[in-house]
Amino acid sequence: MASDLGLWSVPLAMIAGAIRVSTPFIFVSVGECLTERSGRINLGLEGTMVMGAMSGYGAALISGSPWLGVLVAALVGLMFGALHAVICQLPKVNDVATGIGLMLFGTGLAFFLGKPLIQPKAPNLGAIDLGWWSSIPQVRQALQVNYLFVIGIVLAFGMAWALKNTRWGLIVRLAGESVDAALAIGASVARTRLIATSIGGAFAGVGGAFLSLYYPGSWSEGLSSGQGLMAVALVIFARWDPIRCLWASLLFGAAGAISPALQSVGVTQGYYLFSAAPYVLTLALMIATCSPERSLKGAPGELGAVK
Amino acid sequence: MNAPSIELIGFTKRFGAMAALDDVSVKVKAGAFHALLGENGAGKSTLVKCAMGYYAADEGQILLNNREVAIDHPRQAHELGLGMVYQHFTLVPNMTVLENFVLSRGDLPAVIDWASERKALHAFFSTTPFAVPIDLPVADLAAGQKQKAEILRQLYLKRNLLILDEPTSVLTPDEADEVLSTLKKMTEEKLVTIVTITHKFREVNAFCDTVTVLRRGKLIGTKPTAELDDDTMAEMMVGRRETRAVVEREQHALGKTVLKLDKLSVADNVGQLAVEDLSLEIKAGEIVGVAGVSGNGQRELVETLAGQRHKQSGQMLVHGEAYAATRAEMIRHKIACLPEEPLRNACVAEMSVAENMALRSFDQPPSSPDGIRLKRGPMRDVARKLIEAYRVKTPGPDAAIKGLSGGNVQRAVLARELSSEGDLVIVANPCFGLDFAAVAEIRARIVQARNRGAAVLLVSEDLDEILQLSDRIVVMFDGKLALQQDAAQADVGAIGRAMAGH
Repeated sequence: MASDLGLWSVPLAMIAGAIRVSTPFIFVSVGECLTERSGRINLGLEGTMVMGAMSGYGAALISGSPWLGVLVAALVGLMFGALHAVICQLPKVNDVATGIGLMLFGTGLAFFLGKPLIQPKAPNLGAIDLGWWSSIPQVRQALQVNYLFVIGIVLAFGMAWALKNTRWGLIVRLAGESVDAALAIGASVARTRLIATSIGGAFAGVGGAFLSLYYPGSWSEGLSSGQGLMAVALVIFARWDPIRCLWASLLFGAAGAISPALQSVGVTQGYYLFSAAPYVLTLALMIATCSPERSLKGAPGELGAVK
Repeated sequence: MNAPSIELIGFTKRFGAMAALDDVSVKVKAGAFHALLGENGAGKSTLVKCAMGYYAADEGQILLNNREVAIDHPRQAHELGLGMVYQHFTLVPNMTVLENFVLSRGDLPAVIDWASERKALHAFFSTTPFAVPIDLPVADLAAGQKQKAEILRQLYLKRNLLILDEPTSVLTPDEADEVLSTLKKMTEEKLVTIVTITHKFREVNAFCDTVTVLRRGKLIGTKPTAELDDDTMAEMMVGRRETRAVVEREQHALGKTVLKLDKLSVADNVGQLAVEDLSLEIKAGEIVGVAGVSGNGQRELVETLAGQRHKQSGQMLVHGEAYAATRAEMIRHKIACLPEEPLRNACVAEMSVAENMALRSFDQPPSSPDGIRLKRGPMRDVARKLIEAYRVKTPGPDAAIKGLSGGNVQRAVLARELSSEGDLVIVANPCFGLDFAAVAEIRARIVQARNRGAAVLLVSEDLDEILQLSDRIVVMFDGKLALQQDAAQADVGAIGRAMAGH
């Protein structure tokens, strides 16, 4: 039944879209936030995400359990993160170059291994129905909140708390701010970064699994289309704060939902132009916040890419 | 807390063929305020780093309270109560004072109870002679507060033998006095023993009870301060009477205004105004010294004049024309610039000495006949002449400039900048980290430029340098000019107070 909500359906669709589209951003950016706070940048998350999407889909297909798929995606992401960390610890290795290498490797490997997964249909992750009180189908649909979105929010707040209140969180920050200070209290910078980068990778893997197991909910090669890279930009925009990563993800999600929302009310002109909104937003934010004459406030002191 | 005594016996440390320390022995009494004096490269830092376990000495023995101890690692030194405060800050800028202190304790529980930690630190600060704000990020503290926080942290960690490495180099005279006099009181109460590395005679005379002088890695002597005067200390330090004579300052009438700044405002790296509504004029034939503690906008001012930073508002005029620090303008107006840290700000480290010396003129004859092709031969010839004239110690014009010592990089850049006989010379901290001989020579070159009629803007954190070279002194505080004085009638007290913002 098509009810006539008129233009109201646009913001409604954008809320729904923000929740759906932002979920992978939340996971990838909160994970990358942790990695960058430890003083390392991982540009390979795009590859990690696609690998997570492929392996999660595959595991769900074989086992019949989407949650097992999420777990497998997290493990694969963990391994990719650990690989990045280990390579970066070798002498004379550059974070950025390694990250780009792993991005290409991850996407390539996922396409190669994922060929047989394009046709079959794996079980999807479920959602919580928060719109039960409404009789309007659009509202009910918009308020289908997926579980991973909720977990992502919890993780963002948990990460913020851990960075501030736990020994481990303080040591991660110390490793990111000053290697000398970390060594002075006897913390192992290499180990801290290995753990932080691995966890960041695991988060990105889960973000990928969301793509293949919930929305759009199938495996294809164009699944991620740069979301892993945009999440890295998002971390800079969020000034390395997990909770701001959450808000920024929602903003990007809403931007990403503009074009399908407009299409649903019949505005079909400029569909592809509106699809570019998140990318334009990324570019605009970067131009607005980065300048050679100003260093970024809140940037971890040891983060090579912004030094 | 009880102040310990420490004795370093027969310390030798070689780096390759060079002996940085040669059989040096120092005895520091319990509760002493002991100065370690020497030129750059005399071995002061090497000695204390050996004592702290950062370097492994080739030979040497440490007695702490007359018992031999082994210190192979800084952690062992810390456990024995030895702590070091550096010239540069070691607190993490993006963390609060509380976080920094608690973290450095090293024995953290898995989850930190900030409420009780905050209470404990407040309680600790009530027992210390000075305190700092607990919940501010260290980056937001002023330099003096940062250095206080560094010292407080050592006390918080229950270290009772403090080694200070030029602790006051970033402080105003007033701030330095406040910090040092408090420490002095603590040594008198036998709470701590302090060894301080310094080159400021004023502080040695005012606060230290014993002085040990090192020169080129050798011990020259240890004496009570009361038995020494400045001349003797200087002689012990450099091995000869220091002739402080700079080139004769010619008396001449000032020429036309060369540089005019009108309400110049410049933003710093985080977008706050570092230079605010600054107006200043410099005439041909005078040196205007800009005094001030580092971080009051001097760096941003020099960067703006050198074209490394854009101004926010206001005007810069050179020879009455608007100036935007483009290369063409700098050539046309004959502007020379010797920024601080020349290896980073005025050189390409990987390039050769000759290429670096040609950075201003590589696209003009004789280095380039047409602005397209470069001729190595003439470039090298020019460099050879400059190397000789400015006595730059380098293996040759083709050696990479990063291999040169700090003083020689400085000389090389000065040669490049002054050889063009500029009308406006901008100099920032030209003698930072250089030894006596290099300092005297570089200062003489600056006065020479003034004598031949150049307008010189000298920005320096070294007040002695400002007093010695300037015709007119201005003080910069918090991005604004706090004071303008004729150097002939300079009132050091007023300058010091202006530097501290009073």
